[in-house]
Formats: sequence, structure tokens, C-alpha cells
Amino acid sequence: MKRELDFRNLLNKDNNIVQLIAMTILIFVVMTALSPDKFLRYYNFESITYTFPELGLLSIAMMIAMLTGGIDLSVIGIANLSGIFAGVMFKKFATDAGVADTGFGIVLLGGVVALGTGLVAGALNGLLITRLKITPILATLGTGQVFTGLAIVMTGGPAIVGFPEAWAFIGNGKIFGLATPFVLFVVLACLIAFMLRRTTFGINLMLIGTNPKAALFAGLKREKMVLLSYMLTGVMASIAGIILSGRTNAAKSDYGTSYLLQAVLIAVLGGTNPAGGRGTVLGVSIAVAALMLLSSGFQILRFSNHLIDFIWGVFLLLVIALNAYKNRSR
Amino acid sequence: MAWFHKSEVVIAGILVLAMILIGLVNPAFWSLDNMFSLLRSNVIIGIMALGVLLVMISGGIDVSFPAFAVAAMYLTIKGMLYFNYDGVVLPFVAAATMGALFGCLNAFFVYKFRMIPLIVTLGTGSMVRGFLLGVVGTSMININKMPDALIDFGKSDIISMVKPDGTTYGLTAMVAVYVVLAVALHIVLRYTMIGRGVYAMGGDPEAASRVGFNIRKITFFIYCVAGALAGFAGLLHSGMIWLANPRDFVGLELDVIAAVVLGGASIFGGRGSVLGTMLGVFMLVMVKNSLIIMKIDTTWQRVVVGVIIVIATAITAWRDRRANA
Repeated sequence: MKRELDFRNLLNKDNNIVQLIAMTILIFVVMTALSPDKFLRYYNFESITYTFPELGLLSIAMMIAMLTGGIDLSVIGIANLSGIFAGVMFKKFATDAGVADTGFGIVLLGGVVALGTGLVAGALNGLLITRLKITPILATLGTGQVFTGLAIVMTGGPAIVGFPEAWAFIGNGKIFGLATPFVLFVVLACLIAFMLRRTTFGINLMLIGTNPKAALFAGLKREKMVLLSYMLTGVMASIAGIILSGRTNAAKSDYGTSYLLQAVLIAVLGGTNPAGGRGTVLGVSIAVAALMLLSSGFQILRFSNHLIDFIWGVFLLLVIALNAYKNRSR
Repeated sequence: MAWFHKSEVVIAGILVLAMILIGLVNPAFWSLDNMFSLLRSNVIIGIMALGVLLVMISGGIDVSFPAFAVAAMYLTIKGMLYFNYDGVVLPFVAAATMGALFGCLNAFFVYKFRMIPLIVTLGTGSMVRGFLLGVVGTSMININKMPDALIDFGKSDIISMVKPDGTTYGLTAMVAVYVVLAVALHIVLRYTMIGRGVYAMGGDPEAASRVGFNIRKITFFIYCVAGALAGFAGLLHSGMIWLANPRDFVGLELDVIAAVVLGGASIFGGRGSVLGTMLGVFMLVMVKNSLIIMKIDTTWQRVVVGVIIVIATAITAWRDRRANA
């Protein structure tokens, strides 16, 4: 009895989640109806669990930036730069046997380099936004160019190919029969959800996004919190970069450029308010799953990638219209 | 000393300083040939920047215009080939109209649903580009198929000169097109009710609507004109390079926004001028083109543009804060 009540309470509290789940099921049913033999194969779902963590982490990163009413347009640049820095380092340490056999210690160091890149890049964004008071859009637009530019300078243009095997495991391996990137995503998503819901840091972020003035008068250290949130965004982006470079065994300055729009779309679709103050990891995670199902379905139906871009754009506009309509009727 | 604090004067000062510096590193910078080609590179980015300026003064931002430009350009040229039409005026009218219609879409979503312009324009841009490449086609239209009238128009020069070795070079007439558009926008922004309304809306939309400005009309005006300018610039571009490439203009939004911010416009709205924007465009194009002259590796181009954006925005943010204090 009590459990049922709790369940209903949950539904009322987060109407958005229910809608998202309904949408996911709808997409699933439509895609199954359109091509049952190909869409329902185990292989299809397995390949989704490999590709979706990158986009999922980038979307969560985007959501964190949006919580304070900002945005981070440099996430793709950070992700690529992290992968490239690690790749360049592996090349430096490579023995005669080649990069693939690099020792575990070096791989660990590579991870630290990549995460450090994300941390520094995020801190740079945060400092530009809090200290120099640049609008997040323009600051991250600029730094995104700088990061991508540095990536081009480091590689000279072409991709860095060849990563250690232990590194590739992060993007390609399996833990208990599940894709490593998927496991990593679930762990990180739970961690971030916990941080946002149950720690002072997360609650402060939400308050700052809801009402910056009230937060200021309540004595919250706005600048420090915003700086920390961009550092967290940067680190999440660099983890996406690690997974991307591990999965493709390569790092390049212009990988995943279409992820930027998709990350924004997913964050908004997942119930994040771009003006700040609202957003959940669960919502974003379901939105990623829904859209991955959608795009894999379209790929099976042999739609071109450009057409999928078109559909993403239409989807984003529809979601905006729908949200506006919902808010008005309330 | 009041003139000294005008941002246009400051930008012009920095521009002159940078020109002297580049000239010292490589005197070839000052050759008439190089100057003409610099001005030529200003045209397309400049016309698009005029549209972005309009949006930015109103307090919005537009990242969809490169998609609009390429769609208007490609569809117009496809149409010209299909109807076997060879002319200049009608295609430009068609391209600008198409751009304006796309712009209406932006205005509709921004006004009707009160959504952040960045996210709306990200969506419309992706939609239009995806439609163009996914439905209309991805193949380039080369010089042998391009309508002759467009190419001839793109080739026309105002000034032609002959080098000592016999080759000719000149200043393209497209610069005049750019200047005419800029002057027209300047007049609209300065001396018409709707132009003042754009500034008023950028300053404070609520206040603007209280004193009687029609926010809906202004929003549609802004995004339609920005779209029309983008469509026009797109077709002009293909006339100038004798090629219609449906994958063109990817990532151009960053350069154009950088140029507009460099020209002193504020992303919070209410600030910015045509003259400043033209100077900003010239500065950006000059720096990008001069990296080669200054013997800096071109791989650094993106880094330089990024750093310019960050510095320019930091300075404008600092200025805005001082003005408010």
C-alpha cells in the first residue's frame, strides 16, 4: 500500500520523466513495427550500449553547465583535445613493440593527462565566466575554438591512430558481459545524480540557477560554485573523449562535431531548463536512450546521416513548442 | 575627449596599429594587390555580420545563418538550372526571400515560445542543413554548369589594374554591394522607428513594449532581415567563387560572431553599430589572412580566432560592467 503511494508520488513529482519513458516506448514500438527483424536483434542493442555513453556523458556535461543558466559549447573541443593529449603522450612513451603493448602505469598516466586536460579546460571556462564576466555562450564559443585549434596544432590535421590495448578496453571491452563504456556511464551518472541531489554543491547549483539574486543574498558563494560546475563539465567531457578515442582507436580534432547540437537537444529534451535551476541526470539519461533508439532505427531504415540531422533539428523545435505549450496550460 | 571613448575609434586605433605591425613584419602586406584581396574577403563575412549585428543588438544570437545562406544559394542555383534561367536580379531576390522565410521560422519560435535564441537557431540550422543535404542533394555545381550571368556578375571589378608582368588584378564590385547594404542598415538602425525599436528591445524588452514598441513586429523584422542578408550573401559567394557547394559555410558562424563582437556589439543587446561591425570584420579577416604573410603556420588559425573571441568578449564585458556601474 505504502509503496504504491510512493510510486504515484514519484509520478506526480516528475511528470517529465513519465513523458520521456512514454516517448521512449513509442519510439521503440514504431521502430520495431517498421523493421522487426533488424531492429530487435541483440547485436543492435549491444552496439547502442557502446555508442551511447559518449553522447550521454556529453549531454550530462551540458546539463551541468545549464543548471546555472549557462551553456558549454566547448565540450566537443575538450573531449577531442583530451584524447589527443593522451594519444600524443602514448606515442612519446611507445616502445619498439608499438603503442598497443604500453604498460598499465603509462595508460593510467594517460588517463590522468586526459582528465587533467578536461579539468584545466573547464577551469579556464569557469574563470572566464566568473572572473572576466564573459557570457557563457561567447566564452565557451571562444575556448572551443582554442581547444579545437590546439588539437589541430598538436596533430597537424590528421588523426592520431593507435592507442594502448588497456585504453581501448575502456571503449571496446566488456565487464560481466556488459559494454565497459556503458558500465562507466551508469556509474558516473549515479555519481553525478548523487552529487546534484544530495550534496551541498548540487543543491547550491540548483539554487543559483533558480534565482541568482536570492542565492547571493542567502550567502552562497556563486563564483566558486559556477567555477566548480564548469570544471565538472570539463572532466565529464574529457571522459567522453577517453571513451571516444578508446572505441575508435583514434583521436582527431574534428571528431563528433555533430554531438554538440545533439548534446544540447538531449539536455533540453531531458527536462533541463536552459535558463537554469532545473535538470535531472535521470531525465537526460532516458532522453539519450530514446534518441539513440531513434537514430539507430533510422540507420537501419537506411536514412542518410543528413536526414537524421534534419530529424534531430525538427525534434528539438517540437520539444521547445511542446514544453511551452505544457507550461502555459499549467 | 568624448570621441576617444567611442568604441569605433578604439577599434579603428587597434586596427591601424595591427596593420602597421603586420606591414613591418612583411611589407608585401601594403601592396595594392593584397589590399584588394583583403577587401574581397570582407564581402561575404561582412554581409552576414550585418545580419548577426541586428540580432545581437536585439539581445539575441543567431547560429543558423550559415545553413540558411547555403540552402538559399544552392536551391536558387538548382532552380536557375532547372528553369534554364540566366539572370542576376531575380535570383538574388529569390535567395534573399528564401533566407527571410527561414528567418521567419527563427522569429516564430523565439517570439511565440520565448525560447533562448541560441537553442532555437541551433535547431533550425541543423534542420535546414540536414534537409538540404539529405533531400536536395550533396553534389557540387561546378563552373561549367553555373549560370553564366552569375559568374559574370561576380567577376565585375570597380578598379582594374595591370601589374608590371602583364597580369591584371582589380577591386571587385561586390565591395560596393557590401557597402550599399551596410549604409542601408545603418540608416534603418539610426533613423527609422523600427531601427530604434531594435535597440530599445535589446536594452530592455519589457520597457520597450511598455513605451509602445511592437515586440512581435520587431522580432520578425530582425530574424527575417538577418535571414535575407544570409541568403543574399550565400548566392553572392557562389557567384564570386564560381561554385555552388552545399557543404559550404560550415563553422562560419563562429568567425562572423567573433567579428561582430570584435566590432563592439554586446551580446546582452542594446549596443553595436554598423561601422564598428565593419571594422570588426576587417580586423578578423585581416588577422586570418595575415597569418600566412607573417609566416605563422596556418594550423594556428583556429587558436588565434578563439583567442580573439575571448579577448574581445572580455573587453566588451568589462566595458559593459563599467557602463552599468
